[in-house]
Amino acid sequence: MSTVATRPIRRAVRFYTAPIGKKAVMALTGVILFGYIVGHLLGNLQIYSSDPDQINRYAAFLHSPSNAGLLWGVRLLLLVAVVLHIIASVQLWRLKHAARPIGYVKKDDVPSAYAARTMVWSGPIIAAFVIFHILHLTTGNVVPLRELGPNAPDVRYNLISGFQHPAIAIFYIVAMVLLCMHLYHGLWSMFQSVGISHPRYTPKLKKAAAVCAILILIGEISIPISVMAGLLTY
Amino acid sequence: MELNSKCPTGPIETRWDRHRFSLKLVNPANKRKHSIIVVGSGLAGGSAAATLAELGYKVKCFCFQDSPRRAHSIAAQGGINAAKNYHNDGDSIYRLFYDTVKGGDFRSRESNVYRLAQISVNIIDQCVAQGVPFAREYSGYLDNRSFGGAQVSRTFYARGQTGQQLLLGAYQALERQIGAGHVEMFPRTEMLDLIVIDGRARGIVTRNLLTGRVESFVADAVVLATGGYGNVYYLSTNAKGSNATAIWRAHKRGALFANPCYTQIHPTCIPVSGDYQSKLTLMSESLRNDGRVWVPLRQGDHRPPHQIPKSERDYYLERRYPAFGNLVPRDVASRNAKNVCDEGRGVGESGLAVYLDFHDAIDRLGKHVIRERYGNLFDMYERITGEDPYQVPMRIFPAIHYTMGGLWVDYNLMSSIPGLYVLGEANFSDHGANRLGASALMQGLADGYFVLPNTICDYLASNRFEPVDASHAAVRDAENQVAEITRRLLDAKGTRSVDSFHRELGALVWEYCGMSRTAEGLKHVLTLIPELRERYWREVKVLGSDGELNQSLEKAGRVADFFELAELMCIDALHRNESCGGHFREEYQTADGEAARDDRHFSYAGAWEFRGVGNAPELHKEPLEFEYVHPAQRSYK
Amino acid sequence: MRIVLHIWRQRNTNERGRMVRYEVPAVNQEMSFLEMLDVLNEDLISKDEEPVAFDHDCREGICGMCGFMINGVAHGPIRGTTVCQLHMRHYHDGDELYLEPWRSRAFPVVKDLVVNRGSFDRLIAAGGFISASTGSGPDGNAMLVPKQVADRAMDAATCIGCGACVAMCPNASASLFMGAKVSHLGLLPQGQPERRRRVLAMEAQAVEEGFGHCTNIGECEAVCPKEIKLEVIARMNADFIRASWGGRDIEEDESEAAKRPRAGSRR
Ligand SMILES: Cc1cc2nc3c(=O)[nH]c(=O)nc-3n(C[C@H](O)[C@H](O)[C@H](O)COP(=O)(O)OP(=O)(O)OC[C@H]3O[C@@H](n4cnc5c(N)ncnc54)[C@H](O)[C@@H]3O)c2cc1C
Ligand code: HEM
Ligand code: HEM
Ligand code: SF4
Ligand code: F3S
Ligand code: FES
Repeated sequence: MSTVATRPIRRAVRFYTAPIGKKAVMALTGVILFGYIVGHLLGNLQIYSSDPDQINRYAAFLHSPSNAGLLWGVRLLLLVAVVLHIIASVQLWRLKHAARPIGYVKKDDVPSAYAARTMVWSGPIIAAFVIFHILHLTTGNVVPLRELGPNAPDVRYNLISGFQHPAIAIFYIVAMVLLCMHLYHGLWSMFQSVGISHPRYTPKLKKAAAVCAILILIGEISIPISVMAGLLTY
Repeated sequence: MELNSKCPTGPIETRWDRHRFSLKLVNPANKRKHSIIVVGSGLAGGSAAATLAELGYKVKCFCFQDSPRRAHSIAAQGGINAAKNYHNDGDSIYRLFYDTVKGGDFRSRESNVYRLAQISVNIIDQCVAQGVPFAREYSGYLDNRSFGGAQVSRTFYARGQTGQQLLLGAYQALERQIGAGHVEMFPRTEMLDLIVIDGRARGIVTRNLLTGRVESFVADAVVLATGGYGNVYYLSTNAKGSNATAIWRAHKRGALFANPCYTQIHPTCIPVSGDYQSKLTLMSESLRNDGRVWVPLRQGDHRPPHQIPKSERDYYLERRYPAFGNLVPRDVASRNAKNVCDEGRGVGESGLAVYLDFHDAIDRLGKHVIRERYGNLFDMYERITGEDPYQVPMRIFPAIHYTMGGLWVDYNLMSSIPGLYVLGEANFSDHGANRLGASALMQGLADGYFVLPNTICDYLASNRFEPVDASHAAVRDAENQVAEITRRLLDAKGTRSVDSFHRELGALVWEYCGMSRTAEGLKHVLTLIPELRERYWREVKVLGSDGELNQSLEKAGRVADFFELAELMCIDALHRNESCGGHFREEYQTADGEAARDDRHFSYAGAWEFRGVGNAPELHKEPLEFEYVHPAQRSYK
Repeated sequence: MRIVLHIWRQRNTNERGRMVRYEVPAVNQEMSFLEMLDVLNEDLISKDEEPVAFDHDCREGICGMCGFMINGVAHGPIRGTTVCQLHMRHYHDGDELYLEPWRSRAFPVVKDLVVNRGSFDRLIAAGGFISASTGSGPDGNAMLVPKQVADRAMDAATCIGCGACVAMCPNASASLFMGAKVSHLGLLPQGQPERRRRVLAMEAQAVEEGFGHCTNIGECEAVCPKEIKLEVIARMNADFIRASWGGRDIEEDESEAAKRPRAGSRR
């Protein structure tokens, strides 16, 4: 083997060894996860369609055997992204603790960047949510799911019956708030992490990130709230 | 002792070249066999240590701060001179040379000053190459300004932080050599004695300020670049840690101390606000370009400034010096401020301040122009005093700022002890009796980057250096001396803190050997200082031990040296029966109150030899000759 | 006015420290914060108690020697101000203040409020320089630097190396300090040849010293006495990513670098 082949590996190792490299990985995987969230949200919002079958048709389309390759491709990409995102976050979290073994007796936060400082908490809770969420809506381990046919879940029913349990709905809402906080910081932070910053545009970017995070929050929690309020019924 | 300045002769333009050619070189392969100790990491020490290491010598560098980047050179604001003549306004090496000799009131060596002006050009090139972000014009060319009353624009600057940027350049060059293993750096390590063996400087004794450990280091040559001694006065624009210990202890080992009474007072500092005051802060001299200096006409006029009508104000500098006005040199501006305050016309609570008023300039140019020019200085003033200088005039007062005196060195920068070199503000070399603005940075870097690395090889090549080990009697002796001083300070177990003594000493020196001096006052203070010194050794109280970080103990040793140095300053001031530059003797002034030099009797550098504490030192004179610039009375009328 | 202080007292690196309460009864409005501590120390000395150790030198906000936490904020409450430039007129009678040293693995406490910041020097030694040996520079005007670029380089170059950014950062990251140096040198044309090597070496050294990473929280920017902007961190990140993946020169450079002695963690 020539050194030509090993060099990219060596570069990758050196890159990832550095905290900046890890952060770049977090940013990149963050973008993938964010892209998924947006797409997923658009899918979910179809529940408001005047045609009650719309969302189920969409689900059937996604699950159709002809799309299986794509589906598993996306699932794999997401899995890899989540795993890398989590591994990097855990490594950085450990670095943080090693870097300040003795804490302050008194510490103030200026500016009070609450969302930024709580990324390590909002992240794992989101992870826990996702596991719960898959058990709930994909595998049916939480409440029984209904199918309209093979590879055609009755998404509309599953959602509405799920959110009629207040505990489930509230957990979703809490998780969405945390996701919003995660994105509130993450969506501009990832630009900074890969070195994009500009005195004029970065402040605007921060605002855009906040708006985006809040829009996602509104979109997501509207569903459990609508169900609880009786606006969405099967 | 005969003082040989080793100054070359002949045409001044080629003296430095010819001199360098006459010096012996060290073979490149042999350089790494020579070890050099550099004490100090300021502009002078940092640049010297880095350059010597680049050349291949083995260097050890010491400083008392926690990092070499913190040397007090960092605080210089205004700029650095260089005879680049980028502005085509008539500047030249010769003019910079001329201005410096004249500005120094004809008390410096022509050869040295000419070399300084020549090298100034290379300094800028070197600093730009290192990445010093000098101010630029929109075209991308280097910007210059005129500074300190100079009539040409030859001052290079980096906002109001020129010293910082130049020092960081030298520091980074030094760190590069440290990283490469060519320099061993010893931060938080204070030099406490010089090791002299067979009449040659061979090493130093240090105290590790963190652990208290006393350690000796030996080398083939020792370089001191430890800055000025302005802190004799307690209140000065120097850093709190700035000290004379390294040069003073070298003086006690035989190095001559030249012109100690030449101290410079800066006219625009923020006045003292109370007896807790710990230091004085300089406001850049450039403020005098637009600010007008005044005091009330009437004594004891305590009205707020805006209630005093123009007709009842005395713009005394404009009145007395119509040609230069507010831009007269530092010493003249300072002395006049003192005079009006002595007349009881000073302003502020203490009565020890004059106004520097921007009202007219704001009317004429607009607030935004003033903000652009002096914004950061105005902010600093407001931060410290809580007053807004856009609204109320600044209050300023002179403060000790620079010391022209220092260890005597020859043209090679070697002191009277062979193998001991002295650079930067610590030596007496280039500024005569008064330093021009923006010239100290130039001198420090000239010494460190270009002079010493070219001259030290002659000494190294012409001498043989036998290895010295720690058990050598001279090493032991120096270590014992250091231990003895520490023991005496800790054992005094008196009642008063080090600072209280330092304040008292500073007040005495400021009163009698400050802005203006009299024979009578100096004689008087020469009885007070020894008395206070003896009280110090009896009554000082230093807590803690010597085996740890002990900031009181550090100060105590430095103050002990200030006592002895203060005495020498007064002796020097008393012997110099003339007024020149920063040394103003009230008995020697012209009819209209200007300094009166006495070239017939005092055209020499006065280098003092130590004869024991409390004994009269011995004066050695190095006559000064002026072949190019002929002494004349300075006039700014 | 009367000020109550709770100060971290620790004899040396190895012993444990604790907060001790002191009172300074007669504080003058015009005093600087450090002058108040001077007054406290004089009082302690008169009572045969050891004075509080704190670092300081220039007392005009430029040397970077001073610095500690006041009520959990590095350099205290006033923006763009070091503790030595902070004045007591910002406080009121009876205020209680907690003073603690910078806390970070890379800045071990030496005594009381004094820490060892040698790690910063080693970061610079690793690559924070332009290799221009004395005498090698061409004429100062041989290389033009647009004013805007020089100004931005200067903005970054004003860092005083105080360590407040590390102290304040929840991750104890030195990113603002490093970014400032990487930006200062990387913006200038003189700094281009070593731009890649510089950022790789400094980042590697930061790991070695035990600094944390940056999660773009921005507390460092808020307390930086020289108001260095977060932008410098982005610039460093970009340089790092580019240096890691771009160009083949860096690999040749690497094998060179492997032969060079490293800026070790000597003390
Ligand atoms: C506020 C201020 C503003 C100024 N502005 C200007 C200006 O605009 N232009 C200009 O040209 N000049 C200016 N000057 C003067 C100029 O800055 C200094 O003269 C010059 O920087 C001195 O440099 P140096 O290297 O000789 O000493 P310093 O920079 O003072 O360095 C001394 C070094 O010696 C070390 N040291 C000292 N004693 C010991 C010891 N006992 N043991 C071990 N190490 C020791 C210190 O740690 C330090 O590293 C200004 C000075 C001040 C105070
Ligand atoms: C849907 C899922 C997620 C999305 C869209 C997402 C997105 C992001 C983004 C964009 C960032 C900013 C990266 C940067 O600044 O470079 C980020 C940071 C972070 N994420 Fe996530 N994330 C998700 C899930 C998670 C999970 C499950 C965890 C934890 C286990 C996690 C932990 C973190 C942490 C700790 C950070 C901060 C790290 C840093 O800023 O350096 N995230 N995330
Ligand atoms: C209220 C908000 C949400 C609703 C109503 C919702 C709804 C659903 C539904 C109905 C499914 C099953 C789809 C199917 O099987 O075809 C699903 C799957 C999934 N959801 Fe959500 N979701 C929400 C929020 C989220 C969030 C915030 C995340 C990520 C952080 C997420 C990640 C996933 C994942 C990973 C799957 C599994 C996809 C797969 O099977 O490949 N969801 N979601
Ligand atoms: S970046 Fe700011 S806070 Fe950090 S060391 Fe530099 S000056 Fe201090
Ligand atoms: S506070 Fe810390 S996380 Fe980054 S932006 Fe500043 S270094
Ligand atoms: S003491 Fe120098 S910055 Fe505060």
